[in-house]
Amino acid sequence: MDRAILHVDMNAYYASVEELHHPEFAGRPLAVGGDPEARHGIVLTANYPAKRLGVKTGMALWQARKACPTVIFVPPRMDLYLRFSRLARDIYREYTDLVEPFGIDESWLDVTQSLSCKGSALSIAEEIRARVRHELGLTVSIGVSFNKIFAKFGSDYKKPDAVTTITRENYKDIVWRAPAEDLLYVGRATIRKLHTLGIHTVGDIATAEPDLLLSQFGKMGLVLWSFANGTDASPVSPYEAESPIKSIGNSTTTPRDLTDENDVRLVLLLLSESVAARLRENHFVGRLVGIYVRDNELCSFTRQKKISIPTNISEEIADYATDLFRQNYAWERPIRSLGVRVGQLQPDAYCYQMDLFTDEVLREKQLKVDIAVDGLRNRFGHDCILRGRMYFDRYLSGLDAKAEDHMVHPHSYFEAGNRTGSEELLFHMKQEDDV
Amino acid sequence: MEEAKNKVYVDVTAEFTPDGFLRPLCIVWEDGVRYEIDRVLHRERCASRKAGGAGIMYTCMVRGKHIRLFYEENYKWFVTRNTDEGC
Repeated sequence: MDRAILHVDMNAYYASVEELHHPEFAGRPLAVGGDPEARHGIVLTANYPAKRLGVKTGMALWQARKACPTVIFVPPRMDLYLRFSRLARDIYREYTDLVEPFGIDESWLDVTQSLSCKGSALSIAEEIRARVRHELGLTVSIGVSFNKIFAKFGSDYKKPDAVTTITRENYKDIVWRAPAEDLLYVGRATIRKLHTLGIHTVGDIATAEPDLLLSQFGKMGLVLWSFANGTDASPVSPYEAESPIKSIGNSTTTPRDLTDENDVRLVLLLLSESVAARLRENHFVGRLVGIYVRDNELCSFTRQKKISIPTNISEEIADYATDLFRQNYAWERPIRSLGVRVGQLQPDAYCYQMDLFTDEVLREKQLKVDIAVDGLRNRFGHDCILRGRMYFDRYLSGLDAKAEDHMVHPHSYFEAGNRTGSEELLFHMKQEDDV
Repeated sequence: MEEAKNKVYVDVTAEFTPDGFLRPLCIVWEDGVRYEIDRVLHRERCASRKAGGAGIMYTCMVRGKHIRLFYEENYKWFVTRNTDEGC
């Protein structure tokens, strides 16, 4: 039997929660944007009237004001959004224990086992839509389908306050005709490459030769192929399933744009200190260091590299991050956000292979210093001891690297591993080659 | 930011019943007048578009009138200023 999967997307989420709490602004263009004073001055979400007038997510506040002079800005209240997100999930959980959040405002629900008592997937979707509207005063759009990818596609297809069903009968009419970039994980770089191959729609991806996609995009090509054909087999994870910590990271939007390497070094140090402190707190060392860079036009990229000696030393992580940054950024534009992440974690008591050229005595000293600093900061607060470099720009170094904004970042679809079925496809393709 | 005009946070005296329900007993309006809640007619989760918020809505009988009292998730109670209209 086919699975019954819903993808629930809360429409213009931050703006809708603010609209609910500001009835005096009803029907007027409204945008949730960071505090212009702290210079997180971008639109996080705009409501529908504002969107119609040209206000887009990611615009600077002044640009939004130019596009729509009557727009009302409200500062974000993350605690409120997290609270309503939890309330919505409480509703979803009345229908199934398989509720997998995807960021703060989206969730997948596998309601296959609830069909016998609750009727069809469509009627469950309609009930959830009506309840969220009545009980929370928010609108959601829901996609109903037999896999997670098409369900997500369905929730984007018609919004706000709508339900779209994508079945085995109609997916070729609805999904296949859509432009390829509507598919999850088809980003700017992928779409450019797809276009050069003459692939423009989701249907083109679905009907392309898997071999071609494999040769052009590696395994990800097969994943996209299975996404487009509706064969993605990824299960919906149970609610609050304990996912073991796979990586520890921090990112931040800086109080001012970063314009040179000194700025970047300072922020990477701050972030690395915070990440390293959390690694030590959880008794981990990591073998992979990654960075996240977003410029002031909101183009972003991530880069990562494996390191030979696993680490939880602030200075080392910062050095790896700085190297990665140097190798990958040509300063086309100033930088607005930076992130540092350490992955491939293992217990810090684990043995590792030393090498001849690394000064282990120095590493030991660095670690001791870090641990001493942890102790001081735990007792007297973060600012009781700072690196001298931080005093070159206290405005910049005053940012709160501990800010928990990483918890709101969208999760990766592959967080629990690649469960799409593309590995099996690859296996079969290899077998056929061997024959 | 200007607070919503129709949303009035009030002092509430409430009790927990032995089966775990939270039942409001009286409210103190912003002018200091205390109103006993004669009866709770209905209880449901509901959003108030008029006052601006969401929570558990208690439809209560107070001095012969229906009022809607909301218990928000932040542990505060509010009443819609003009309670005759819909929520």
